[in-house]
Amino acid sequence: MSEFLQHLINMLVLGGTYALLGIGLTLIFGIMNVVNFTHGVLYTFGAYIMFIVVHQLGVNFFLALPLAVLAGWLLGAAIELTLLRPLRGSDIDTTMLVMIGAWIAMQSGALWIWGGVAKSVTTPFPEAPLVLGPVSVSWLRLFVLAAAAMLIVVTYLLINRTKLGCAMRATFQDQDTASLMGVNVDLIYTSTFAIGSSLAAAAGALLGPVYVIFPQMGDLAAVKAFAIVILGGLGNITGAVIGGFILALAEELGAGYVSSGYRDAMGFLIIIAVLIFKPTGLFARSERVG
Amino acid sequence: MTRTFRIIPAIALAVGLLGGAAEAQTIKIGVNEPLTGAFAASGTYVVNGAKIAADEINAKGGILGKKLELVIEDNKSNPTEAAAVAEKLITSDKVPVLMGAWGSSLTLAVMPKLMEYETPMVVETSSSGKITTTGNPYIFRISPPSAIEAAAFKGIVDKLELKKVDFLVINNDWGRGTAEDFSKMMKEKGITVGAVETMDQGAQDMSAQLSKLKGTDSETIIVTTAVDQLTLIFKQAAALGLKKRIITTGGSQNPDQIIAQAGAAANGTMHLTTFLPWFPEKTPNPEATSYFIAEWKKRGYDFAGCTESFRGYDGIRTAAAAIEKAGKAEPAAIKAALWDIKVKGLNGDIVFRKSGPEGKESGQSQPNVYLIEITDGKIGMKTL
Repeated sequence: MSEFLQHLINMLVLGGTYALLGIGLTLIFGIMNVVNFTHGVLYTFGAYIMFIVVHQLGVNFFLALPLAVLAGWLLGAAIELTLLRPLRGSDIDTTMLVMIGAWIAMQSGALWIWGGVAKSVTTPFPEAPLVLGPVSVSWLRLFVLAAAAMLIVVTYLLINRTKLGCAMRATFQDQDTASLMGVNVDLIYTSTFAIGSSLAAAAGALLGPVYVIFPQMGDLAAVKAFAIVILGGLGNITGAVIGGFILALAEELGAGYVSSGYRDAMGFLIIIAVLIFKPTGLFARSERVG
Repeated sequence: MTRTFRIIPAIALAVGLLGGAAEAQTIKIGVNEPLTGAFAASGTYVVNGAKIAADEINAKGGILGKKLELVIEDNKSNPTEAAAVAEKLITSDKVPVLMGAWGSSLTLAVMPKLMEYETPMVVETSSSGKITTTGNPYIFRISPPSAIEAAAFKGIVDKLELKKVDFLVINNDWGRGTAEDFSKMMKEKGITVGAVETMDQGAQDMSAQLSKLKGTDSETIIVTTAVDQLTLIFKQAAALGLKKRIITTGGSQNPDQIIAQAGAAANGTMHLTTFLPWFPEKTPNPEATSYFIAEWKKRGYDFAGCTESFRGYDGIRTAAAAIEKAGKAEPAAIKAALWDIKVKGLNGDIVFRKSGPEGKESGQSQPNVYLIEITDGKIGMKTL
């Protein structure tokens, strides 16, 4: 029983981080329809910014987090302006290839700048975990869960309750009509990609200190993010959050009670099952046809 | 403009020809290591160690009167790439001998290419038993297979009073091979083997596996993987309040890096390692060890990398000794000479003994294995 409780706690902590990974991508992949292969690199980028700001500039850990998010926002905006804007309206394959190129270039850039040896970030949290009877959890991971929850709520409100969010949804449903209604379409494209990117960087900045930081850390994160977005339904923030928790639950229980060798397979088996029975994902946003 | 464009290929051709002529003055060794991907850090350490060996040899006049040249290629931590790189090194760079390929799965992928092109390879790091038991006569391994590690460990299991152990190993040829060989040895010693858990090569969250191991009645966990996952495992085990004894194997632990990154979580962990850079006087060849460590520091590399890089150094010196002995840089001659050399390695003499099915044996040298323990952020040696 205590083992099961520990698995549940692990699932909550892991699920929160998966949800954070998922919502950033669901904005870009789901709403903007850009197959964003740079999501993982932005995650890595956020983590390295944390390392630089905390260890090389000596800034406080909590102050470094918003700086990493801002850096992710700026890099995202730069990618949109230089790579995606010239390609707008072109074939999905073209965009995809350019994004794969950007991913490889940026990952190799990280390897070139920082080398392959993993870095770690010291945090102000105590090393001794919080022990609650038979289960224990680290303070850092509780903080990450809380921060992830906050970012998820803010993003949800931004997309569903603000004018900017409304303009975003309108733009990607029908660019011409939105433009006629006075929406600055160019600005919306850039800001949506920048917001999605800043969320990836936020996930990296929060998880970098939990794990270790190295140039390829974003690859696995990106694979999971795509899985979560597809599981939850493209463009649906609530779906991405629930998808994140479902994936975490499948992995925890799969590794704990079935076989740890198939830990990553568990999540994907669920995704295959969902795609068979509900091809648009569990909580797909209703699409305008035509 | 048109004229210029016509001239360029001519210049390129001339440079190519001149370059080709210059290359014939060197003797090449192909180096097939992971410089990007999951094992980038380790592969880079090995290559840096290899360069120290090449520079040392060249400073002393090279081999057979020619300069030694390392042709270094990146196998991207990917078995398919490792095989492709081996083919490129042999057919295009015409190297007569290779060193590689760090990981067991990478080396296993290269092995059929060695058979195809009849070119020998010095295996510097891989520890899967399969490498020297499947009958590939082009393999000469200087790192210990997990069976040798297990045999060395056998002597001290009584002192450690092991009763029941669990395993947490990387899910590839290296990890699963270690779990097999160590389980066999443990069972012979009357130790119960409990759960065998695995983790993917790139996995960063092992909490699920560790939660399961926390719940078993074993007192010790044997962990096999490289430094980055070990760091994560120690941190996550501490966060879960897992207080069992952890012993790691495989020789890719870089204990200094673990201490720096896992902090207090690394205290009390034990590691089976194949090199003692902390105690050069206790190594089999103290003079060579001191030279290597001094050279490593002089080049500004991270001391933590020594436990990895010494294999690159020994690997190149082994290949070079075989070329010298063969008297010519030809694959068949080098392969024959590898059986006759004796190199003063940093971890004991490198002498190849036969291993595997008769008639097509691989070469295996018998390096030393040590057990170290981290206490209060410092490395101490346990006597085996």
